[in-house]
Amino acid sequence: MVNTQRNYDAIVIGAGHNGLTNAAFLAKAGLDVLVLEKNPEIGGATISRELHEGWKYSNCSYVCSLFRPEIYQALDLGRHGLEVVPLQGSTTFMQNGDYFGSYHQGPINRREIRRHSKRDADAAVRFNADLMKWCRLIRGFLLRTPPDPASFKMRDAMEFAHLLKQFYKLSESQIYEFIRFFTMSIAEYLEMYFESDVILAHYSGGSIIGTGLGVYSPGTAYVLLHHAMGDVDGNVGSWGFARGGMGSISKAIAGALQAHGGAIRRDAEVAKINVSGGKATGVTLTNGEEVNAKIVISNLDVQRTFTKIMEEKDLPEDVVTKAKNFKIRGSSGKLNIALDGMPSFPALPKGSPLTLGHMHFTDTLERLERAYDDWKDDMWSQDPYVDIVIPTQYDPTMAPPGKHMMSVFVQYCPVEPEGGWTDEKRDAFGATVINQIADYSPDFKDLLLHAEVRTPREIELEVGLTGGNIFQGELTLDQLMFNRPFPGYAQYRGPVKGMYMCSSSTHPGGGVMGAPGANSAREILRDLGKDNTVPEDFGDD
Amino acid sequence: MSATQHLDFTQIYHHSPFHDRIEAISQVKSWSAWNGVQTARVFDTVASEYFAARSTTSVMDLTPMEKYRITGPDANEYLNHLVTRDVSKLKPGRVSYVVWCNDEGKVIDDGTIFHLREGEYRLCAAHHQLDWLLLSAEGYDVEIEEETFDIAALSVQGPTSCSVLTAAGIDGLDSLKPFGLIHANLNGFEVCVSRTGFTGDLGYELWCDPEHALAMWDAIFDVKARGLYDVRPLGLEALAMVRVEAGFILPGDDFNPADSTVRAGHDRSPFELGLGWLVNFDKPYFTGKKALLAEKQKPTARQMVKLVVEGNKLPVDSFLFDRKNGKRVGTIKAYTWSPILKANLAFAEIDTKNGVVPQEVWAEIYYSKELEWHSTWAKCSVTDKPFWNPERKSMTPPSAF
Repeated sequence: MVNTQRNYDAIVIGAGHNGLTNAAFLAKAGLDVLVLEKNPEIGGATISRELHEGWKYSNCSYVCSLFRPEIYQALDLGRHGLEVVPLQGSTTFMQNGDYFGSYHQGPINRREIRRHSKRDADAAVRFNADLMKWCRLIRGFLLRTPPDPASFKMRDAMEFAHLLKQFYKLSESQIYEFIRFFTMSIAEYLEMYFESDVILAHYSGGSIIGTGLGVYSPGTAYVLLHHAMGDVDGNVGSWGFARGGMGSISKAIAGALQAHGGAIRRDAEVAKINVSGGKATGVTLTNGEEVNAKIVISNLDVQRTFTKIMEEKDLPEDVVTKAKNFKIRGSSGKLNIALDGMPSFPALPKGSPLTLGHMHFTDTLERLERAYDDWKDDMWSQDPYVDIVIPTQYDPTMAPPGKHMMSVFVQYCPVEPEGGWTDEKRDAFGATVINQIADYSPDFKDLLLHAEVRTPREIELEVGLTGGNIFQGELTLDQLMFNRPFPGYAQYRGPVKGMYMCSSSTHPGGGVMGAPGANSAREILRDLGKDNTVPEDFGDD
Repeated sequence: MSATQHLDFTQIYHHSPFHDRIEAISQVKSWSAWNGVQTARVFDTVASEYFAARSTTSVMDLTPMEKYRITGPDANEYLNHLVTRDVSKLKPGRVSYVVWCNDEGKVIDDGTIFHLREGEYRLCAAHHQLDWLLLSAEGYDVEIEEETFDIAALSVQGPTSCSVLTAAGIDGLDSLKPFGLIHANLNGFEVCVSRTGFTGDLGYELWCDPEHALAMWDAIFDVKARGLYDVRPLGLEALAMVRVEAGFILPGDDFNPADSTVRAGHDRSPFELGLGWLVNFDKPYFTGKKALLAEKQKPTARQMVKLVVEGNKLPVDSFLFDRKNGKRVGTIKAYTWSPILKANLAFAEIDTKNGVVPQEVWAEIYYSKELEWHSTWAKCSVTDKPFWNPERKSMTPPSAF
């Protein structure tokens, strides 16, 4: 199978969805590609595992929206087993026993907003239109390589001109609003539209997920966009479940990769990228084995890439410094729970469709900010913000009939609590979350069969995300577009010849998009003078 | 909040106060949502409903139309700043058709202002406006309340509508002029009657407390039961025909309301919509004035026009050209076959030549006969007048039929 004497055209380090996507496009272009994965299973943070017999968890990422449909189509992922089913609605439960539901059917959704505020129901029209303006602009850049604003190369100038051209398609007032939007906090932004506390809290959630920022921190408005710019079959802002869990995405991409002749090697952890004469020549595995390749692509986050598997002597000094300073603070935890039946939520009327969607328990901006305050003090939030989904209401493949799997994303959880993580502290974190859920679902604890509790420690140890940061680097303006991962290195080329980056540390960032992997493949094929296999953006108009 | 007032999530569409009657009278059960309210597309057949509006009397539930009550010392001043038309002299008992714009001079919505009683106004709108109305109220001593579902309303339109309503028991219609309103008594409850409508024919709109909604409906349909005049409900599909004949454009259908438009340049000014006559620059201030004054300095690049399309093939979504196989100059926005005029009528947006609207364009029309597709060309003539504007529409007192 794997011939270690062989000189591969390309080695991709890390079989997460971006590594696999990158490799698949390279293999499609005819390259001899090998993907190396440290774990026994592929997928990285896009994985489904059976930790309790009969139950499959989407252990890390848990819903799909941002994955680029262009990649889905180009790699024929449907035929390789991927199916993304739209998820319906969302709810924020309130401390007074009420709730705010966001229904998937428009007329009810509007009436529900009116139940909380007549004005907000009408303001939602303006809010949705404004958000869509920014979504349209950003979406067009996802499958493009950011231009280097300091470069005088024709290509950069042309790309920068394209970027400006798209920007100036906005009207004058839209340009002003957009610039404001990028630098505002989500709380301030939403307060320009809404008055109801629960509606403000409900819409804020998406802007703190995965970030080391609070709802009043400047820059969080953009994170909302990052979560809203995806779509399921053209329904922008919608999220979906991958049938069989998120691991189905990596499996399908791996299927495409193998169909194009690429290979994957599991249990093969890379210790070092080998550099000789200023050029990458391959990798050395932790078992000492060397695998040679003409180019090496790292799907690890940039801090890990440049401080753990590359030697300082092989790198320009500024890259090492920038990698060390790269903002990649973990702030999220995750519980994956096997349930003996469907838990009840007595606040909802019987038969309510709202359990089909995301569920949250934080009903004011203040509680969201307090949850952040705890994280700043190196504690997990005592009253955390959770994003709960129960995909087994749709997906027959993840739990036995009548049983359920609950995915609980938790914001905030520190990289390291005071004194460091211990298993006891991890379980205490889990208990905090379980108790919060039980406050709104009295039979929840009785139904609980098994829970996997993951703090940034577990996420880093297993997946390799530094600090457990789910985006492989904070999504703030200083680390976006041509600043991602750092200025001068935003075009997927590493500081060493033949070395590339394809992880979510690169543009356009995290969120199971596949775009960094695809963009990186396009640049590699360009350098190699090969035909491009990476699709262009479908375009909106 | 105490006990939660749940929504009934099994009832997707809101029910108007006339729901029981509408449900019962619908023969084909063809529903659609109008502002979230269950509304009939067709009750019986489109043709029978169309001819009720043009030949006898048609009745349509207007409850879903957005309604706002505007009161307070600054109510008139506020409204006059909100809309482009001068409504400062709108007397009690009068109604005015208006549009309102954002600061860029792009139309947010159209509607009517009713001066119900001294200092008491109702604004009717096509789309949800509370957010905009409240944002615009900064600095004005006004109270703005959404009352969409606090008022039950019926549109009673057609050549016998005055006779039907008089027979139903409403007095005083003989002297009610177009765009006038009266407060009348119907079988012991109060009904506000305005001589307004969306059909371009003789017609009235009736407004009452939802508590009396069914009694109001029954009083009108009782005229039919008594064998005096035919009265039929009007569905959305027949309405779509008569409103084009009448020359009324529909925000959201024929142009994008500015507040929900995403793409820059996809919203429209009153001038672009052919509604320049609603813009009064003599007013000291109104929202969008500055932008509209600036726009007025340049010739309008494109304009909404009314087209008569030759032949009998409907110009469905057609592109328009300056001549057969010529240069593309526009698109169709709304269209209907007019049974009363035996012509295809359309709203279209066409490019002007330096501000001058070309009087003739050509539509490329695709049509299918028994699943085989064909294409043809039809000459289209621009017209300024409403397609259908009968004398009976404005006669006071109205004729019996």
